Amino acid sequence: MSEDITRKIDRSHMQVSDEVAIDIRNMNKWYGNFHVLRDIDLTVHKGERIVIAGPSGSGKSTLIRCINRLEEHQSGHIVVDGIELTNDIKNIDKVRSEVGMVFQHFNLFPHLTVLENCTLAPIWVRKVPRKQAEATAMKYLEKVKIPDQAHKYPGQLSGGQQQRVAIARSLCMQPKIMLFDEPTSALDPEMIKEVLDTMIQLAEEGMTMICVTHEMGFAQAVANRVIFMDQGQIVEQNEPREFFNNPRSERTKLFLSQILGH
Amino acid sequence: MSETHAQTVPFVRDTMLPPADPPVREAGTVRWLRQNLFSGPLNTVLTVLGVLIVWFLVSHFWDWFAHSVWNAGSLAECRRIIAETWGEGARGACWAVIRERWNQYVFGFYPVELYWRPTMTFGLLFVALAPVLFSESAAIRRVVLGIATVLTLWLMVTLNAPALWLVFAAAVLIGALLISERRPAWLLVFSVLYPLMGVWFLWGGSAWGPAMVLVGPALGWLAWRLVGRVSGLLATVAALVVPLVWWTLFAGDAARDAESLVSLSIPAVASDRFGGFLLSITIGVSGIAMSLPLGIVLALARRSDMVLVKTLAVMFIEFIRGVPLIALLFVASLLLNYFLPPGTTFDIILRVIIMVTLFSAAYMAEVIRGGLAALPRGQYEAADALGLDYWKAQRLIVLPQALKISIPGIVSTFIGMFKDTTLVTFVGLYDPLKSMSDAVRASTSWKGIYWEPYIFVGFIFFLICFGMSRYSMYLERRLARDHR
Repeated sequence: MSEDITRKIDRSHMQVSDEVAIDIRNMNKWYGNFHVLRDIDLTVHKGERIVIAGPSGSGKSTLIRCINRLEEHQSGHIVVDGIELTNDIKNIDKVRSEVGMVFQHFNLFPHLTVLENCTLAPIWVRKVPRKQAEATAMKYLEKVKIPDQAHKYPGQLSGGQQQRVAIARSLCMQPKIMLFDEPTSALDPEMIKEVLDTMIQLAEEGMTMICVTHEMGFAQAVANRVIFMDQGQIVEQNEPREFFNNPRSERTKLFLSQILGH
Repeated sequence: MSETHAQTVPFVRDTMLPPADPPVREAGTVRWLRQNLFSGPLNTVLTVLGVLIVWFLVSHFWDWFAHSVWNAGSLAECRRIIAETWGEGARGACWAVIRERWNQYVFGFYPVELYWRPTMTFGLLFVALAPVLFSESAAIRRVVLGIATVLTLWLMVTLNAPALWLVFAAAVLIGALLISERRPAWLLVFSVLYPLMGVWFLWGGSAWGPAMVLVGPALGWLAWRLVGRVSGLLATVAALVVPLVWWTLFAGDAARDAESLVSLSIPAVASDRFGGFLLSITIGVSGIAMSLPLGIVLALARRSDMVLVKTLAVMFIEFIRGVPLIALLFVASLLLNYFLPPGTTFDIILRVIIMVTLFSAAYMAEVIRGGLAALPRGQYEAADALGLDYWKAQRLIVLPQALKISIPGIVSTFIGMFKDTTLVTFVGLYDPLKSMSDAVRASTSWKGIYWEPYIFVGFIFFLICFGMSRYSMYLERRLARDHR
């Protein structure tokens, strides 16, 4: 469906286990009086690749930002890797160090070099010795194919390169779960492919991933489950082939016809 | 082919053009003049007008500057020399007053035989500042420390400093030069100890006083380690309370006892002997050094989620900013005595330093808050998402960027504050501008001299403030990261 995904995907390590990675039950969130997330129930198993789609304002970004508590939920339960998210700051920091996040606008630290961006959290949060943190960082920078940029500042890189650094930065914390919040929406078309390739590579290695994205080609090729959200609710979820070929709700059909229409 | 324009003709270049010089009108000085000074009728008129104004000012003051007298014992003698040399009615500047009284403008009424002490303190200030201000450039540190070493030692010899102290100063300065090449971070130890050392050098007395002050943090650290095994929160409280208890209850007696056992005294100089630039720089440097950290804390507090902390910060900042500095200085000089237990002697300069610090910290907080607000929210979110706790996120991500944005505002606050140190004249201290000039004019020889002392003092203030401004520009350039 999308010309961005051309290579053959190696599915040998993409295995979904029975272990639960994230368990969200009856979760509600309000911004003031505005009910952004309504009765969300979602269980994510280890190794799942979930794509969340939906029109803007449907609450998909807010949902994944609740998983690492960038947003607070007001009722219900969110359990990540066995730890329930409450007001306990220690638990929140623990969850955050296990869950990597990639943002739409990269959010690299502009005053630090690429390498320093990648080693900062391992050194200060995980207390990894500097030498070792740098070795790990170089390993991941090689994985995202920009080891030669390690000593540049983020402002000197292209958008696609910056986003790959952001992915490497998250991976340096060796997270169990990766969240992607529209990682390609701010990129030029020719840079989208390099970022998607990196994400596919991660999926092939069996990473548990939740991606908010409009890249339906990526969803079809990589996801094992697609979730469609509208007005703060999960409207439909299914495995990708069924979701795209045989959408059940009218809202989903309308959405798909709009984004795949031409 | 129907979409091709009918006029399209195939073209191939067969000879390449060599580069040519631009026409005379479009190059060099002529072009610059045309573009910048005479680009249109209005600009031409303004240029001519500007030149005329400059000419008027220069021609008006030129005689006065040209007829400068440097050697004279009094204003009357100055006038006589001017009249003799350039004729009756000629006007001229009498810089002889600076030549004769420069020491008062620099040191106030500090004992002449001890001038070497403030001089050494000022020289060592550069050792304390170099690793902080020029942490990334060994070359600049080398130049700064080299100049400081040569000048300090030369001046100390000229001012008859005792041999022991000359050796001490030489050891520190040359040691710093060497350490700066290999391990500049070690110099920060000196930067931390410098304030206490400086206080001792300037005011003199027993070295046990500052030493016992230093014991406070050491005890606090010990308490933190011991209590830390029980509870983290209690440890923090203990680390804060133990030094305070030590300072208020025990440090004074301990210093006295130690002094009676082993005397480590140099002649004491009382605060009312301080004056001139010695006073301004003492207050200015202390105020600058303390108001930046305090301002950062206030700015963070004002953005805090904790209502009480935020309210206190807002009240403090708005109160201080709403009150003139002079009012605070009067509070320092008069009212504080009412609140302190009778018999406490609380040094007037120290009180003024506290007030000046609080005053500029309030402005500083607002400047830094601007920098904090200018950071994109994504930076906070990225720091959170990586699991950095509040203090680590502030220290490693937020503050380095926010402070960088705020550099021009921070330095403006510093400059403003340094110039405001002249206001201490209102609480009876000898600032260089007003009190010191008044003191000079009080002698019969220099009665009636106004312009020259003010120009001299203004010039020194300008040099220092301009230096700060240039430093801030250097820092901005050094920290620039967003160029491609």
